[in-house]
Amino acid sequence: MTSDQGERNSLYGPLADVSGDAGYAEGHPPRVGFFTDTSVCIGCKACEVACKEWNGLPEPDADALLLTGMSYDNTGALGSNSWRHVAFVEQTLPAQGATALPGGTPDPSGLDSPLISEIADGGTTRWLMSSDVCKHCTHAGCLDVCPTGALVRTEFGTVIVQPDVCNGCAYCVSACPYGVIDRREGDGRAWKCTMCYDRLRGGLEPACSTACPTDSIQFGPLDELRAVAEGRLADLHAAGHSEARLYGADPADGVGGTGAFFLLLDEPEVYGLPPDPVVPTRDLASAWRWAGGAAAVLAAGVAVAFAGSPWSGKQS
Amino acid sequence: MAECHPVAFQWVIEAKARGTTVIHVDPRFTRTSALADLHVPTRAGGDIVFLGALINHVLSGGHEFTEYVRAYTNAADILPEEYTDAEDGGGLFSGYDPDTRTYDNSSWQPTGERDETLQHPRCVFQVLSRHFARYTPELVEDVCGIRPADFGRIADMLVAASGREKTTAWVYAVGWTQHSTGVQHIRTASILQTLLGNMGRPGGGILALRGHANIQGATDVPTLFHLLGGYMPMPGPGEDLDTYLARMPDTGFWGNKRAYLVSMLKAWFGDAATAENDFCFGYLPRITGDHGTYRTVLDMIDGKVRGFFLLGENPAVGSAGGRLQRLALANLDWLVVKDLAMIESASFWRDAPEIATGELVTSRIGTEVFFLPAASHVEKDGTFTNTQRLLQWHAKALDPPGDARSDLMFMYELGQRIRARLAGSADPSDRPVLDLTWDYPVDEQGEVSAAAVLAELNGYAADGSPLASFAGLADDGSTRCGSWIHAGCFAGGVNQTARRRPWREQSYVAPEWGWAWPANRRILYNRASADPEGRPWSEAKAYVWWDEEAGEWTGKDVPDFEKTKRPDFVPEAGATGPAAIGGADPFILQADGKAALFVPKGLQDGPLPVHFEAAESPQRNRVYEQDASPVSIQYRNRRPTRGQVAGHDVTYPFVVTTYRLTEHHTAGGMSRTLSRLAELQPELFCEVSPGLAAERGLENGGWATIITARAAIEARVLVTRRLRPLRIPGEGVIHQVGLPYHWGSQGLVTGDSVNDLLPLVLDPNVFIQESKVATCDVRPGRRPRGPARTELVNSYRHRAGLEDEDQRPATGRAQGAESDSATEPDTGSGPAAPGGTWHHDE
Repeated sequence: MTSDQGERNSLYGPLADVSGDAGYAEGHPPRVGFFTDTSVCIGCKACEVACKEWNGLPEPDADALLLTGMSYDNTGALGSNSWRHVAFVEQTLPAQGATALPGGTPDPSGLDSPLISEIADGGTTRWLMSSDVCKHCTHAGCLDVCPTGALVRTEFGTVIVQPDVCNGCAYCVSACPYGVIDRREGDGRAWKCTMCYDRLRGGLEPACSTACPTDSIQFGPLDELRAVAEGRLADLHAAGHSEARLYGADPADGVGGTGAFFLLLDEPEVYGLPPDPVVPTRDLASAWRWAGGAAAVLAAGVAVAFAGSPWSGKQS
Repeated sequence: MAECHPVAFQWVIEAKARGTTVIHVDPRFTRTSALADLHVPTRAGGDIVFLGALINHVLSGGHEFTEYVRAYTNAADILPEEYTDAEDGGGLFSGYDPDTRTYDNSSWQPTGERDETLQHPRCVFQVLSRHFARYTPELVEDVCGIRPADFGRIADMLVAASGREKTTAWVYAVGWTQHSTGVQHIRTASILQTLLGNMGRPGGGILALRGHANIQGATDVPTLFHLLGGYMPMPGPGEDLDTYLARMPDTGFWGNKRAYLVSMLKAWFGDAATAENDFCFGYLPRITGDHGTYRTVLDMIDGKVRGFFLLGENPAVGSAGGRLQRLALANLDWLVVKDLAMIESASFWRDAPEIATGELVTSRIGTEVFFLPAASHVEKDGTFTNTQRLLQWHAKALDPPGDARSDLMFMYELGQRIRARLAGSADPSDRPVLDLTWDYPVDEQGEVSAAAVLAELNGYAADGSPLASFAGLADDGSTRCGSWIHAGCFAGGVNQTARRRPWREQSYVAPEWGWAWPANRRILYNRASADPEGRPWSEAKAYVWWDEEAGEWTGKDVPDFEKTKRPDFVPEAGATGPAAIGGADPFILQADGKAALFVPKGLQDGPLPVHFEAAESPQRNRVYEQDASPVSIQYRNRRPTRGQVAGHDVTYPFVVTTYRLTEHHTAGGMSRTLSRLAELQPELFCEVSPGLAAERGLENGGWATIITARAAIEARVLVTRRLRPLRIPGEGVIHQVGLPYHWGSQGLVTGDSVNDLLPLVLDPNVFIQESKVATCDVRPGRRPRGPARTELVNSYRHRAGLEDEDQRPATGRAQGAESDSATEPDTGSGPAAPGGTWHHDE
């Protein structure tokens, strides 16, 4: 434990037992999570559909069904009504062993250079796909700031909103370093992935990981998933994918590691993920200490000020 | 595969994790390409050149699996002197008649002599080598736009991954089949796989990914006009039982044809079928030629068809030439549409695009439309048959809503009512319907027992017990079997297709998961997984082998061979049936038991594959003088299809190719109506490269109008480098426009129908339409509304030297009859050899 707060009321840093820290007694279930291996995601969006179906999320208005023009992504972002979101990133990489056309040859079509470079640069196309979801952070900003207790840590170590307690204040929305949790229009309350808490209680896997055909989304005890991910990462590195990395698997990161973590094939920003997320309550303890100190200084200053005033002498 | 078969793609991912190299050849960079080790963009329609060059690479480099080729193929057959190869005929084989656009295949028949050394200049092996010699890597670049270096990488990987120790699988979908030369694409792959020894062996094969979950089952039973059950051809005019049977081979497993057919007739007509009346063979309808869906559509337009049933099919959106489809539906007396949701084929009378253009007027459409709600697959029992011929039972999960009922119940009930109307009729033409066995058990809701139908397909022995295998069929009328290939699926009275034993509890072949026809064999012709002496070619690829001590074939799968036939068995002269097959001849449904590198019978367009350009293409044939398929079906003499294709005309400079998206289902009836799916791909779009976008002024997210010689449609624009322009020496740059075809006028998300763009150009063997290649122009902005839409199409047609599209509005059948079809030759009238593969995917 390196938390500022020691064993209790952790706000930052690695934490071995999130459920225990939240007050669950010995013998609670192990912390579970998602390992999303984007290197085998085929962008089928079965996770999005399974999630919406199982959780009964509101259906969009028919007139809102418009093409975004952003590759094959028409969901756009995680939100109150989309708890899984598959990002599609189209990239052109420089040639890797592929042969370029002989350079400098004028093209018989007479078309101008952008087209020629498009054909002739020998660059390879890459299409990254990644299913994003609530991270179920070790230190969850949303949970820490919730004034009503609507956001709670479950016995599985996940974070859920209790809709019957949420008052729609939206503190959680600004507290999420990933921009995941979202208030629902016309409802006002905050909604996000529950990691299918109801299914977990019933001994089932979450809907998304159940539906995923290629096992890009894997569900299980978090420590097991982390071991699986390390093995997969080593395989990819051995196969020459040096750019592969894990995201959210490090308990020493700004949120104490995430319950839903990822294997990415590029920088997190490429997928729309923050590179260095930090729980906004990280500095809460020191902030309070500083605030306390400042208050003490202020009080002392006031005391000193009054001590040195003409009235003090009069009074004395 | 990841796009259209994401669930099956999990096995590719798993294979990749075990070290398999995945290569994807496709005009577009798709979700499959994203996971492949190598994606190679190619020009749509160049597949025979690409595959042919691989064949040439194998043969010229001596990379073929020599022992396999010598023992298991017809490479040694010697062809007659009269045979002229396409190599010497400018792309045409001997026997071509330009007047009828058909081949007479008599000069293709082998002499009966063989040269086991494969050196005779007229032996198949030498003919094959010469035939493919011109298919070079340079030609691949000229036709497909694939760089020689990329081609070389693929060729090297293929050869390295074939032979004794390794096998390569080819997986294809309708990107190969939906061409005027579709069957020959598969043929080319067959030759390549046979030369490399990749057939009948684990990890090998050519795997067809079918268009729907149960297309394979629909083909097996079948729902095709030219086949009876189990790949037996439909009878032709004037045929009796004996002359009909004479059309199928006497040797090999087709030698038992009489038992297959008689047992089927007994299943259909029961006690009415007797030896004296040829088991009611005369009751079967006869086909006189092409009665395929497109020919029927033209007949509808000409007022020759009164009524039409559409069950789970939406031709107004899903079939080529959407305008003709809708004009046809508008010219019927009655139409029954049974589907899960309202679809365009039932709503055309009020929202067809032709109403906006003025070609159709609702008040003048005489078609009476009956729309009936259907039960979905989770609302009824049944089987799905996958590409491995694996039948998997699915149990009903919940009752269908409201009046929705299964298609099975509908057909049964329809039969009951027709039979009630005909009861007591003395008209002999009513006998076939009245004599049908139509006695299935029904439940309290009137639903027919699907298991009882499956049991009927399985069949019964003379004592009434369920058949264990097709080996138990007799030709004397004592056995009943609805489909010989399905005999055994209900062995022991147990529904074998419902078995769900995980492979981890048995073997990776998993013979106790579901049931595969025939006889639960998971790999066809698997005797080829052993060498001629019956030993596995290698430990790594051991699958089925001869056990000398036990005196039988054994292994991981059910041997696809007579169990106790020794590897050194030599058939007696004049033997028939299975007894005519030698112990080292694995391909038991072929008359000679050998894989056909050269196909003398059964194909309408030649014994060897030949590259032809599509009916519409930006490029002339760079391989042969003959430009496009000389035998493709185009209905040139039918009025609505006269002048339908633009050939190479530069008015339409770009290739248009159509496809599907993961998020939608074919013509959209099962996905556009569901918000969860509709929102994922809410609008029709076209995919274009940045180069084409710049050339035509298209903006990402904006609108484009796509025009062909048939139609003009509008689509939103996705500019993407996933569509790469192809630079082809001597041709310049060829652009391809990609269009998914899921939209129509109904459902939560609507859009123009892409299939409106396509002509009625068909493969002559299986009547599949050429959906993957046509030519188009693209311009920015939305298409015109009203009659101006037609004017736009016609303005392009004029520039291309074509007449206006026929604009006669449908005015009812009485005025619609114009008998100009008599001049149309009935190409493809001779059903192909039994055992052939038929592709009628949507």
